[in-house]
Amino acid sequence: MELSFYLVQLLNAVQYGFLLFLVASGLTLLFGIMGIINLAHGSFYMVGAYLAYWLTDLTGSFWLAILLGLPIALMVGYLVERFAISFLYQRDHLYQVLLTFALILVFNELQQILWGTDVHGVVIPEILAGSIPLTDNQSYPIYRLFISAACIAIACGMYWVIQKTRLGMMIRAGASNREMVQALGIDVNRLFAFVFSLGVALAAFAGMLAAPVDSVYPGMGENVLIISFVVVVIGGTGSIKGTFVGAMLIGLVSTFGKVLLPEMASIMVYALMAVILLWRPHGLFGRAA
Amino acid sequence: MSALIRSMPLLAALLALVLFPQFGSEYYVGLLTRIIIIALFALSLDLLIGYTGLVSFGHAAFYGIGGYALAIAFQDASVIPLWQALPLSLAAAAFAALVIGWISIRTSGIYFIMITLAMAQMFFYFFFESPRYGGDDGIFLFLKPVLMVGSEDILKLDQENNFYYFALSCLVSSYLLLVMILRAPFGKVIKAIKANEHRVRALGYSTSGYKLVSFVIAGTLAGLAGFLEGAHSGYVNPSYMSWHESGVCIAMVILGGMGTLYGPIVGAFIIVLLQNFLPELTEHWQLLLGGIVIAVVLFLPRGATSLYPRICDLIRRSRRGEREPQETADD
Repeated sequence: MELSFYLVQLLNAVQYGFLLFLVASGLTLLFGIMGIINLAHGSFYMVGAYLAYWLTDLTGSFWLAILLGLPIALMVGYLVERFAISFLYQRDHLYQVLLTFALILVFNELQQILWGTDVHGVVIPEILAGSIPLTDNQSYPIYRLFISAACIAIACGMYWVIQKTRLGMMIRAGASNREMVQALGIDVNRLFAFVFSLGVALAAFAGMLAAPVDSVYPGMGENVLIISFVVVVIGGTGSIKGTFVGAMLIGLVSTFGKVLLPEMASIMVYALMAVILLWRPHGLFGRAA
Repeated sequence: MSALIRSMPLLAALLALVLFPQFGSEYYVGLLTRIIIIALFALSLDLLIGYTGLVSFGHAAFYGIGGYALAIAFQDASVIPLWQALPLSLAAAAFAALVIGWISIRTSGIYFIMITLAMAQMFFYFFFESPRYGGDDGIFLFLKPVLMVGSEDILKLDQENNFYYFALSCLVSSYLLLVMILRAPFGKVIKAIKANEHRVRALGYSTSGYKLVSFVIAGTLAGLAGFLEGAHSGYVNPSYMSWHESGVCIAMVILGGMGTLYGPIVGAFIIVLLQNFLPELTEHWQLLLGGIVIAVVLFLPRGATSLYPRICDLIRRSRRGEREPQETADD
């Protein structure tokens, strides 16, 4: 075990953390702004991965697949919000949990009807197919660096939209006082439909990015979902900064856990969450409700 | 009179359940045993969701622990004495509920939902990745528990009918136990906590203590269900504790009607029967199941059993020729 080995693991951890951040930031937006617990978020990740596989197959280009897939994901998000989620804003979390749990069943079954139960792969696009040599026998795939770069770009873009634009202002205002924003004449329904679609698109985008490194298989969203919830809860719901810190923490713990303590790796993530919640019951950056 | 009318279906259902093995074939007795066990599981969750206001998304952990305690302790035994195995499972589930509850109850809302889920996932992965306890294959049990006095076998659970009546009596006694608990001052306090925890605290009650006790009772009853399922099916595996199991359990409570005790039992009947018969209809039966659950959440949030008093009222009103709608009281 030499330094470069740990460097590779560190890069992997950061890349995994970034992917988690994409999924979890959507979750935390939905929760913080709309008060919605969305268990189906993992399904949107899966939808993204399958769209990437399907459209790459159809068009022959991974880039074209992303370009075509994102509007489809936005559309799916919009329809789900209009026909299911929008009825639940005033209801107890319990009903949101149950309805989105049922959505998982529906999405899993739709995925099997549309794409079958086989495991698929997506080829890494040619420009990014190589790897960078680190030492004589260690190298790091460029595509994984690309994932991290894309996630950083998205994160910066999100920061810019939320902090600097009028839309972001409405979103932030909606998060802190929904009724007041409505009273000021902003169409909260449209705003929420937009935010939900955006969250769905983020999850789908993460799934698309992950498709070439991780294979595309039924139920792939469920592991991501639960880990993303852990991230959100560790960071504190509604806090993008907290989500980022949580995602990196989980990325590090689970990647190094797999290397150093393989038989305990899956448990460690949850144990970390339990310890953090014991210390800060509202997460690292969360405020009391 | 109205109380009698309202409890009529309950008594009729109980009578039907008691008489069922006289008419049903062994397959259906086995299926009904399974439904009864799952109903007990859902019933225990109702104490948390429907009465204490704690949305636990990790209830399957206790169900699994009840089963695993039985399987681990008695996998190589030549005989499984019921009076040892049952208390062991209950104690294991109760202890786990005490620890998980102690940690989880400090949080609320979405944090409570997520931390109970995370705790259950921890147990899931512990058993999933431990070769000592069978990993994802789980543990097989080739014997059924026996109730003995001295060297005399009083109740052998290897006969389907015996197991059926044993499970049914567990369900009925758990139901009665919960009815009693909810009528006691303790029950009034937890219902008050669900309605408004701040006020209850302002009245001087230590609410977290009450919530923890409620959590432990529910966990122990879930452990009883897990014990029964492990003994009945003859194997225990990590899927007992999967988050799907917890999700389906919530679905049963809501589908039947939460905060009623009998609702979750009805919900268990509906869900297990759907799980059993929908696959015969179509390969993609989960689509239908999901659709049904979504429809219930959107259009029937108080569950299937909320239809009965509504229909009763409707009939009564149409008989009297009354028009004005009457709000049915909750309890």
